[in-house]
Amino acid sequence: MPVEIALTVNGVPVRAVVEPRQSLADFLREDLALTGTHLGCEHGACGACTVLVDGAAVRSCLVFAVQADGGEVVTVEGLAQGGALSPLQRAFRAHHALQCGFCTPGFLVAATALLAENPDPTADEVRAALSGQIFRCTGYVGIVEAVLAAAKAERA
Amino acid sequence: MRPAAFDYRAPATLGEALALLAAHPGAKLLAGGQSLVPVLNLRLAAPPLLVDLRRIPELARSVLEHDGALTLGAMTRHRVFERDARVRAAQPLAAAAVPHIAHVAIRNRGTIGGSLCHADPAAEWPAVTLACDAAMTIAGSAGTRTVDAADFFTGLFETAVGTGEILTAVRFPAWPARRRHGFAEVARRHGDFALVGVAAAVDLDERGAVALARIAVFGAADAPVLAQEAAQALVGRRGEGAAREAGRLARARIAPRSDHHASAEYRSELVEVLVRRALGQALGVAPAKAA
Repeated sequence: MPVEIALTVNGVPVRAVVEPRQSLADFLREDLALTGTHLGCEHGACGACTVLVDGAAVRSCLVFAVQADGGEVVTVEGLAQGGALSPLQRAFRAHHALQCGFCTPGFLVAATALLAENPDPTADEVRAALSGQIFRCTGYVGIVEAVLAAAKAERA
Repeated sequence: MRPAAFDYRAPATLGEALALLAAHPGAKLLAGGQSLVPVLNLRLAAPPLLVDLRRIPELARSVLEHDGALTLGAMTRHRVFERDARVRAAQPLAAAAVPHIAHVAIRNRGTIGGSLCHADPAAEWPAVTLACDAAMTIAGSAGTRTVDAADFFTGLFETAVGTGEILTAVRFPAWPARRRHGFAEVARRHGDFALVGVAAAVDLDERGAVALARIAVFGAADAPVLAQEAAQALVGRRGEGAAREAGRLARARIAPRSDHHASAEYRSELVEVLVRRALGQALGVAPAKAA
């Protein structure tokens, strides 16, 4: 039986009626047209679909939309402020932290959560925090450098 | 991947949750969902109703008693434990184990009770509860009962939680001043389920020799197992030789199976090596570094 939910997505109040089996990822992409959240493996292994729910990074493929009822969801579309890229997004561009870009939304959201919790991480802490995100184009070095640079820029 | 359709309820009290289970045979409990959702997506299960426990405040409550005993509500997220310095200090073995559970985003959602009830043979929390002699509180229509960790894991993905019952909390006894711990596991990649792992709690006597040891081996059988002979052999001893002998004894008594992740022979080797490493940490004869 469909269920009515009320939540905020990127700061905007949303009311919707969803089937309980609909994942949060599908709800964001199909019902709200927020297609920045990417679906890779759809079983929690790849991290591409990572979003923030109440400030915590979660796999939106492993959460049903009904479980986000009453919550605050932030997707990659919510990271830019007033049309300007966030310092982290700018650092990803400056440090070549993406290639094809498929996994990038998940990395950006996971790294945003890390920096909110730990504004001055070590490279090892960045690697640990991003270890659940899979990148397949090339290496992770640029990503780690970008996160460290963004942390430095935000502390300055 | 889409699960079969199900109904969804998120009751506000434990009583309502128990009533829903009683009224809907085949209903499943939804805790963090980090194991259940893939199971539903792959259609290995198709329950008619999911009862989400997230709105029941008492299930997320933890109590650290004055003597150091720690009761964790079943809906405590791994990450909540991991980020609480007081509970980490109260239960050092659990603190050593939790960072090995999957990844941050999974630990943000996954719950301790969910892990215990799912009872994956390669999961960390079941082994930690066994090594720490923790006790589970289970609620049912007739009231609550307590089951020791040693009696809780009854088989592959099987526990003592019966139909219509809900695990509400796990209680870790106070950590004795002379208890030492070790934790070691081998996984293909950090965050994967362990091929084999070991969680050990070792109580020393006033002279620094082993008084009592509990060595839980996971990933090597249908459920985590205590290496009893190895623990017995440690009593009165100290040092690397004791850790080595315990590793050999554990290997001799545990017969892992082969699967597509690892052969039985390789797992046997891991049992020996990881028992030795975990005990090495506990006995202070090896660096306390995660394997």
